Amino acid sequence: MEIEQASILRHQPCGGAYRELVLNAPAIAASVRPGQFLHLRIPRFEQAVLRRPFSVFRAEGEHISILYKTVGAGTMALTGVREGEVVNVMGPLGNGFPSSSPGSLPVLVAGGYGVAPLYLLARRMDMAGIIFIGAATSDDVLCVEDFAAFGWQIEIATEDGSRGARGLVTGPLDAWLASRRCPEQPEIFACGPDGMLRAVGERAIKAGHRAWLSMDRHMGCGVGACLGCVQRLKKADGSAYWGRVCRDGPVFDASQIVWNNG
Amino acid sequence: MSTAPQRMDRIPDMSVNIAGIHMRNPVMVASGTFGYGPEYADLVPLESLGAIVVKGIHMRPWEGNSTPRIVEVAGGLVNAIGLQNPGAEKFIDEIMPFLRRHDVPVIVNIWGRTVAEYEEVAERFDGVAGVSGLEVNISCPNIKEGGIAFGTNVKSASEVIGRVRAKTRLPLIPKLSPNVTDIGIFARAAEDAGADAVSLINTLPAMVIDIEKRTPVLANVVGGLSGPAIHPVAVKLVWEAAKAVRIPVIGMGGIAAPRDAIEFLVAGASAVAVGTANFTDPGTAATVVAGIADYLVSHGMKSVRELTGSLRLGN
Repeated sequence: MEIEQASILRHQPCGGAYRELVLNAPAIAASVRPGQFLHLRIPRFEQAVLRRPFSVFRAEGEHISILYKTVGAGTMALTGVREGEVVNVMGPLGNGFPSSSPGSLPVLVAGGYGVAPLYLLARRMDMAGIIFIGAATSDDVLCVEDFAAFGWQIEIATEDGSRGARGLVTGPLDAWLASRRCPEQPEIFACGPDGMLRAVGERAIKAGHRAWLSMDRHMGCGVGACLGCVQRLKKADGSAYWGRVCRDGPVFDASQIVWNNG
Repeated sequence: MSTAPQRMDRIPDMSVNIAGIHMRNPVMVASGTFGYGPEYADLVPLESLGAIVVKGIHMRPWEGNSTPRIVEVAGGLVNAIGLQNPGAEKFIDEIMPFLRRHDVPVIVNIWGRTVAEYEEVAERFDGVAGVSGLEVNISCPNIKEGGIAFGTNVKSASEVIGRVRAKTRLPLIPKLSPNVTDIGIFARAAEDAGADAVSLINTLPAMVIDIEKRTPVLANVVGGLSGPAIHPVAVKLVWEAAKAVRIPVIGMGGIAAPRDAIEFLVAGASAVAVGTANFTDPGTAATVVAGIADYLVSHGMKSVRELTGSLRLGN
């Protein structure tokens, strides 16, 4: 875990409403694992007391990038930062995805900008699998060329039917799970909105497949100190407790998660 | 012949003694904003802090509130964590060994729902190696019983402090609520009940509404406001408390930069604590320490203790 003053190398549109911010952050780039995140202090956004968390998208050499969409005041302010400016970055934070189990077939499920950590996961895997990309519309379908270049099978679903199957990403996922003939046991890695993660997790548990879900949360400190971003989790003995998404996650085994926070 | 300004070539004395606790500088980290220490240890040299005030501990583990627990507002943060903590035994067994390896005073923030619970946890920490003092939380706005209920009634505040006093030899630092008409009365009641210092302010009761859903943003409906937005409120209350008592006052509330801390010291605080700004920049306490030292040098002061209560009033 480091704090780096990272200069912005590129800040560019990345399809639809998405942007990629590329930073020079040698210490973080050297140690980051797929599924870990950065906690950014957004420049010239002085009214904010909190940093903003973003999954690491690309990491090559001394460079790292994030993929984001404007969803609130923080990401809106972020769109205004320019190449050459410096961003205060904390990271890498969180646990990240585990290595895929030997002999399993990696199955990735991405919702919207949830594709970001899955890109890095696929990039670092020495085998190809299948990725299901879900999005609202064709503009929100990202990284298809990247996964194609890695030799991955790609299944797309858009809610408006403008690209791939019409509907939610669970449509093509269900069809594939029902019809697959491969001998390997699927192991699922997913990142996206809670509704998608819950649906994917429930299917995995029912089918007896391992699933790792990366959660997107508003965060406070990012290091497990403030207990602001907690998620209800199950212990092996069935009792429930609050896990810290920033420190104990953001990736959890689907079978650990209690979806109704009661 | 004019005399060139004399630059002081010695480093100013930053040390303070609060309630018998020796600190190498007057800048602590506030309860609830620094976890129990290990969470920030990779980013902040713990020895650089005046003291660590750990997140509130109860005798038994406590789950805290449901989510959402935090929401950012202009210049601040509203939280309703609800005092989630692992309980005294787990803290003593699993976290104190880590803290004892670091040369920094540890102040344990304690809370209860009844006077008996405060007594119980205070007694448990008496004699625990590595604990330098107890901050008694009588001002948390986020639990239904205890907390602020004690801190906003002067009779209950006196009673809980007096009863805790009888259970421990450790320095006692009640943490006062800003949500009272006259802070001086509460500070004096704490002193009379045996407190060795007082700390203030805790968060201000607050609420945020989602106007699309027309629901409260926080699961607890209400929470406590912290951050730069509350700093001038805190300065005024620290000033009033410091006038009311002889024991040291620890000032906190919205410190983000050295000048914020210096204001507390000038208003009468003997030490300060950085809170929400730890989330913005974990290096804030170190920046504040360096900034206070620079200020002392540029204003010809030899010790940070000269700053305490140096407010000039009138013309």
